Amino acid sequence: MPNNRLNGRPKMPQRTVQERIRDFDEVPLGLEKWAAIEEAKRCLQCKKPSCMKGCPVEIDIPGFIGLLAQGKIDEAVMKIKEKNSLPAICGRVCPQEEQCESLCVLGKKGQPIAVGYLERFLADYEREQGIDLPKMPTQNGKKVAIIGSGPAGLTCAGDCAKMGHKVTIFEALHSAGGVLIYGIPEFRLPKAIVAQEVDYVKSLGVELELSVVVGKTLTFDDLLQDGFEAFFIGTGAGLPHFMNLPGENLNGIYSANEFLTRSNLMKAFRFPEYDTPTKVGRRVSVIGGGNVAMDSARTALRLGAEEVCLVYRRTKKEMPARIEEIERAEEEGINCIILTNPVRFVGNENKWVTGIECIQMELGEPDESGRRRPIPVPGSEFVIPADTVVVAIGQGPNPLLLETLPELKLNKRGYIEADEVTGATSIPGVYAGGDIVTGAATVISAMGAGKKAARAIDDYLKNKS
Amino acid sequence: MVKIIKKEVLTPQIKLMVIDAPRVARHAKAGQFVIVRINEEGERIPLTIADFDSEKGTVTIIFQEVGKSTIQLGELNEGDHITDFVGPLGKEIEEKNFGHVVCVGGGVGIAPIYPKAKALKKLGNRITSIIGARSSDLLFWEDRMQSVSDALYVTTDDGSYGEKGFVTSVLDRVIQKEKIDLVIAVGPLMMMKMVSLLTKKYELPTLVSLNPIMVDGTGMCGCCRVTVGKECKFTCVDGPVFDGHSVDYDELLARQRNYLEEEKRAVENWLMKKAEEGVHHAK
Repeated sequence: MPNNRLNGRPKMPQRTVQERIRDFDEVPLGLEKWAAIEEAKRCLQCKKPSCMKGCPVEIDIPGFIGLLAQGKIDEAVMKIKEKNSLPAICGRVCPQEEQCESLCVLGKKGQPIAVGYLERFLADYEREQGIDLPKMPTQNGKKVAIIGSGPAGLTCAGDCAKMGHKVTIFEALHSAGGVLIYGIPEFRLPKAIVAQEVDYVKSLGVELELSVVVGKTLTFDDLLQDGFEAFFIGTGAGLPHFMNLPGENLNGIYSANEFLTRSNLMKAFRFPEYDTPTKVGRRVSVIGGGNVAMDSARTALRLGAEEVCLVYRRTKKEMPARIEEIERAEEEGINCIILTNPVRFVGNENKWVTGIECIQMELGEPDESGRRRPIPVPGSEFVIPADTVVVAIGQGPNPLLLETLPELKLNKRGYIEADEVTGATSIPGVYAGGDIVTGAATVISAMGAGKKAARAIDDYLKNKS
Repeated sequence: MVKIIKKEVLTPQIKLMVIDAPRVARHAKAGQFVIVRINEEGERIPLTIADFDSEKGTVTIIFQEVGKSTIQLGELNEGDHITDFVGPLGKEIEEKNFGHVVCVGGGVGIAPIYPKAKALKKLGNRITSIIGARSSDLLFWEDRMQSVSDALYVTTDDGSYGEKGFVTSVLDRVIQKEKIDLVIAVGPLMMMKMVSLLTKKYELPTLVSLNPIMVDGTGMCGCCRVTVGKECKFTCVDGPVFDGHSVDYDELLARQRNYLEEEKRAVENWLMKKAEEGVHHAK
């Protein structure tokens, strides 16, 4: 048995830097069966498990780990799937270190159980063996419309179908999965896995209509006339923020959404076999410190950039990205330029970007998010040369659907006001969840919201008739 | 998947297609556009809706073959299918009685100016139309424009048809002799810039319809951003129609050139691939 353990916890096997930085294949390779079972045996099977409190979709964590420890792999998978229809995705992109694993009792003295690795192992194992369908109730004929096929929508759709409702998902893009397809790159979440999870939801009887923009192609009234009785809005936070700095519309400056969509959804990394091009110069700067910034930087590297740097206004400690992702980015040679904030973009006579003029920052008092507020150091301006710039400073709510529903109550930031427990909005029968309610957050919290809304939709439909 | 139910070759490089797309047709309004993706490998290209029939459930698109995607689209025939046809997207023009509206269409921009003229004519506006192209073989829809206009002027740059010269010189003449309430211009960016510079002198309200590079067309990526006044706008959700006097045309002209090299490469690659297939067929 190879010794790749750290305080008992296995290390995730991953591809070497040299091997991985020139292609888009997945970086972590997943645990082997023996390693997964060994790790499962380490679980204390707490009577009052605190790990579960950290799971937005309430997975019975000790339950599935206990089954895995006994080698009952199929049962372990079913245990996860009682609560989570998309384990292969969650096992990869959930920030477990901030959720279940952060609460694991073993973590107090040593290393917590690698819950995420085990979830991923089970989901992958099941996928290789072929997926069994859960027992389905007979359809009750109530029609539910799900708007958006991202993690919130897929979860809500799957759960509503399992409750016997007739579900249709409407997706604006030509591919289902939302941010899982256009946002998260192949090397972190293979698209074949997303497609398989979408197929699973479809196999539950959910219909999927692509290239339909609700609010434009079909209005809410159209859906009502078509007999839909309940609605779930999971349209995400898809409107990219820009910095509103001089020179921001120079050629070579992308929003992270555009940069990632070109590569992930449109497969620009396979241009000209695929028609959509993308431009990556020799030197690429990515502005931001979240997961989207890491994804953009690592994508730029794989598209052939020689030097990639991240420009972030606070320090590494305040970066919202997962530590694992920051580490992988740095391993791959991405340079973090911290305590630095852009003030304007510099371009040439052909209106192509040539650099970012930045100012140095220092940390002051904590702001409302609890992170220390960055303050500019007067006179410290300098230029970072760049042929390509990716702005990854966050997203806002997409106005397309919201504009057509003036009676839908929004909060001050323009997101939908929805009940935290049920997802109910100001319009009866209309529920919402995910980033369109919370602003940009995690895949798993969106799934949690989709799940809660499904329960509320079920109650609503039962009481309605 | 949508089906092409009619194809017309308007000029050697400009083609018309009537698409069976009842959902798009049902809500379509003058000024809106669709996103077209020909096949699985295709890019998402925006095309302005040139006409629509809500009852028959059809949408008409007109495009000039300028890059790989439009050349490939032009090779499709009646009965063929297009993988994605999304819309109607963008905001419609304000439909009301302005009084006297001058509609200026340049080149393939004649297609998107037509539904605007048609809609405004229906509401009782007096429509003066000025359409122009580089030469006679790039002109189309003179008859249709005639049918929705009270007066129609036609120009060609080389004088091969109609009046020799640019649409702007005719527009200048119309401005001199008539009271105008609104000018709408659609065509190449340079033309819209020149029209806007001219009408600015006379402080005539002017609308232009922009056609920048897009990816999703639903506000998600910001590829189509343009400076209007001092603000950054997304053409796909805030437009495509904007106040002509506020658009930063020079910035947009540069942004249109973003992928020139790649566009050239894509066409070469496509022609080579087709030539190879041709050789195989010959064998």
